[in-house]
Amino acid sequence: MTSSLLLRRKAVNAVMLTITGLCTLFATGTLVFILGYLFIHGGKSLSWNFFTKLPTPVGESGGGMANAILGSAKLLAVAMAVGIPIGFLGGIYLAEFGGSTFSFIVRYTTDLLNGVPSIVIGIFAYTVIVLPQKHFSTLAGGLALGVMMIPIAVRSTEEFLRAVPVSLREGAVALGASKAKAILTVVIPAAKNGIMTGIMLNLARVAGETAPLLFTSFSNRYWSPGWEQPTAALPVMIFTYAIAPYEDWHQQAWSAGFVLLTLVLAVNVIARMILSKSKHVAR
Amino acid sequence: MAASSTTITNAGPARPARSFVQRLRSGDEVAYLITFAAAASVLLVTGLLVYELYINSSASRTKFGLSFLVTKTWDPVAGQYGAWPFIYGTVVTSALALFIGIPLGVGAAIFLAELAPPAISDGLTFLIELLAAVPSVIYGLLGIFVLIPILRTVEPAIRAVLGWTPLFQGPFYGVSLFSAGVVLSVMIIPFIISISREVIRAVPADQREAALALGATRWESTWHVVVPYARKGIAGSIFLALARALGETMAVTMVIGNDPKVKASLFAPGYSIAAVIANEFTEATGQLYTSALIELGLVLFALTIVINAMARILVAGTGGRNG
Amino acid sequence: MQAPIRQPSPEMNMPLPDINVPAAGEQRPAVDTELKLSATDLNFFYGSFQALNNISMKIYSGRVTAFIGPSGCGKSTFLRTLNRMNETVRHSRVQGTILLDGEDIHQLEVSEVRRRVGMVFQKSNPFPKSIFENVAYGLRINGSPNRATLREAVEHSLRRAALWDEVKDKLHQSAYGLSGGQQQRLCIARALAVNPEVLLLDEPCSALDPIATAKIEDLIFQLKSSCTIAIVTHNMQQAARVADYTGFFLLGRLIEFDRTAIIFKTPARRETEDYVTGRFG
Repeated sequence: MTSSLLLRRKAVNAVMLTITGLCTLFATGTLVFILGYLFIHGGKSLSWNFFTKLPTPVGESGGGMANAILGSAKLLAVAMAVGIPIGFLGGIYLAEFGGSTFSFIVRYTTDLLNGVPSIVIGIFAYTVIVLPQKHFSTLAGGLALGVMMIPIAVRSTEEFLRAVPVSLREGAVALGASKAKAILTVVIPAAKNGIMTGIMLNLARVAGETAPLLFTSFSNRYWSPGWEQPTAALPVMIFTYAIAPYEDWHQQAWSAGFVLLTLVLAVNVIARMILSKSKHVAR
Repeated sequence: MAASSTTITNAGPARPARSFVQRLRSGDEVAYLITFAAAASVLLVTGLLVYELYINSSASRTKFGLSFLVTKTWDPVAGQYGAWPFIYGTVVTSALALFIGIPLGVGAAIFLAELAPPAISDGLTFLIELLAAVPSVIYGLLGIFVLIPILRTVEPAIRAVLGWTPLFQGPFYGVSLFSAGVVLSVMIIPFIISISREVIRAVPADQREAALALGATRWESTWHVVVPYARKGIAGSIFLALARALGETMAVTMVIGNDPKVKASLFAPGYSIAAVIANEFTEATGQLYTSALIELGLVLFALTIVINAMARILVAGTGGRNG
Repeated sequence: MQAPIRQPSPEMNMPLPDINVPAAGEQRPAVDTELKLSATDLNFFYGSFQALNNISMKIYSGRVTAFIGPSGCGKSTFLRTLNRMNETVRHSRVQGTILLDGEDIHQLEVSEVRRRVGMVFQKSNPFPKSIFENVAYGLRINGSPNRATLREAVEHSLRRAALWDEVKDKLHQSAYGLSGGQQQRLCIARALAVNPEVLLLDEPCSALDPIATAKIEDLIFQLKSSCTIAIVTHNMQQAARVADYTGFFLLGRLIEFDRTAIIFKTPARRETEDYVTGRFG
């Protein structure tokens, strides 16, 4: 083998290492850039008003997005009420009673539902709630978000339950516990870290969703009492303000974006930290 | 001799399996029924979703039939609806996103899985996976106020190099298919990286060792042996990224220009299926208009189902290699 | 507390008597002094764990040298230092010298070392390519020769590995279609394709049935005149069958190294005798 060939191969090795490293740098750099930019543009103009005041008419300063923050919270509450029971219990079924063709179909359908674009789910909530009721509502928006939560809740619950060692289950049953009791008192507690973080990550994901809310919960420039009225939500406000022609609204969109992103990323980081810590706990 | 008690007590007839009531009391049956109901409701919800999409698009489907998919006109005033401009926009922006995203994403995945030291690899992967958690509307926000101005400055350079192709001709106002494609590429890169990295790391060590033992350099071992071994999973990650790109709504609608026309140039504004539904749904007057939009939703639904199914087959196929 | 490693017996420099009967017609050099590889005071660490202790050994050209010993004794680790494969493990450290034809392998280019010192692994690991492409891989990266040269070289390697007749009609089928024994011979052919001077075999038959094992042992006989061979084996009978020299490893040390007959019939060290007579291990 000639030494010039070897030199060429080593050069290729070094070049490709650099190129792939640059790709990685680009990807990581984007995140850092996004965070930094939002912090600079949104964080510094964040005021107490943002969290406490209602939106003001165009031109008036001092407005905020208090109603959007509360609205998002209410939407997430409805979403949890819809998504968690079905997702959690369905996940238990697949992990503990599964194995048949029925389970296979359920799993497949869960994956299918997971792949449905969020705007199509919005259409679904529209046809099921908004159309019959003839008005937008928190309920409709919450339903859309809840349906989005179901597949992830099922999958993550099943995954974390399955990760609980068979020896734990057998230990409980050998002591006389029924299957249901074993699941309730031993298996689920053993998997609780994973299931909790799964719910957190799930919520963080749907908290940022905008598309399914556009024609379900719609929007509202005032407070939205109860569950039957249209409501403002943080991501929708960002959208509306960003595409509007008013500079003041752009500024508020940045602030809202900063708040939303900080919340979402904080939940993600905390969840992952909990997960990785529990992985290192001895069995 | 009459049967009498002996030291060995007669066990009697076999006891029946626990009766239904006993099982019910112990909670097993209840637990089964409740969880079964939950699992079944997943099927119910999905079925209902498909049903509602189908029923509520009937006005448009019966009026336009299959030609809906290829009609270029979208004119609510005249009551003429066609899906082609949106299918075109969706496909073009997704294709552009893949064109940019695949080399960057697979390249980074190779670096993180094969070439980087583990500590750096884990740390950077964590950051990149956080990118996947950034909401779409935030990407849209940055798209409008950061990306488009950047593209405006870069546009003359692109035009100078590639302006001879019909892809880069015509006026550029910022909002365009090109901008949407670029934003989408940034959004799908974390998915490609995260899945491809896992798949590449899962390639058995003995494959790498065999190549190295023959005198291959690290890059040669990675590119000639490890990556081909993982190619199904990498392809799967690309399909998953594509499925996401097709359904992306907010970031796209904020930078695509929202113009339901079919133009060859990437610099021209366009429209995507998700974007038009987002923009026009609340303003849709009349049943035909709404049902046309819902029919578009049905088309998008079908498209993503197919792509997701292909992705799943590919990713699942990486488990278990005979050898 | 360790007795010093025994020097090889004085008969080492005399021609080898026919302890291992070679295949009929086998050529054998008359004098046995040409040194191919030598290790001097080799120490190896995984992190803070010392896996090899002051190993010194000579490997002679055209001969088969076997490393035996119980699991975890370091024989595979030592084998892998000979072609610098240990460097793929993070936090590993090598001290000491290894000479290939008198040159320090750590001063040479690593891919060159690995081309000259080939390796076959315990579990066969063919690439997910065709049989032809598997064998051709080493040739391609070392300077893509033209198609005709490539075809010839692939055929030559497959013949040397005694696999040609079985695969000549399906060269472009996947390597995974071969049986376990055939895949291992394919891996041997792949390693031979780049014309290595030394071939390192790391328990090559441990995953194979007796018939496949016998085929590979025949192969070793045929190859050794053109290629120095070092083989790690946990099967003492195999060592007795194929090897000219044998080294006995225990807990990271080379306890005894001598001609195979001596190791197995009249070992100098107690530990060696205990191992080869089956008292432990």
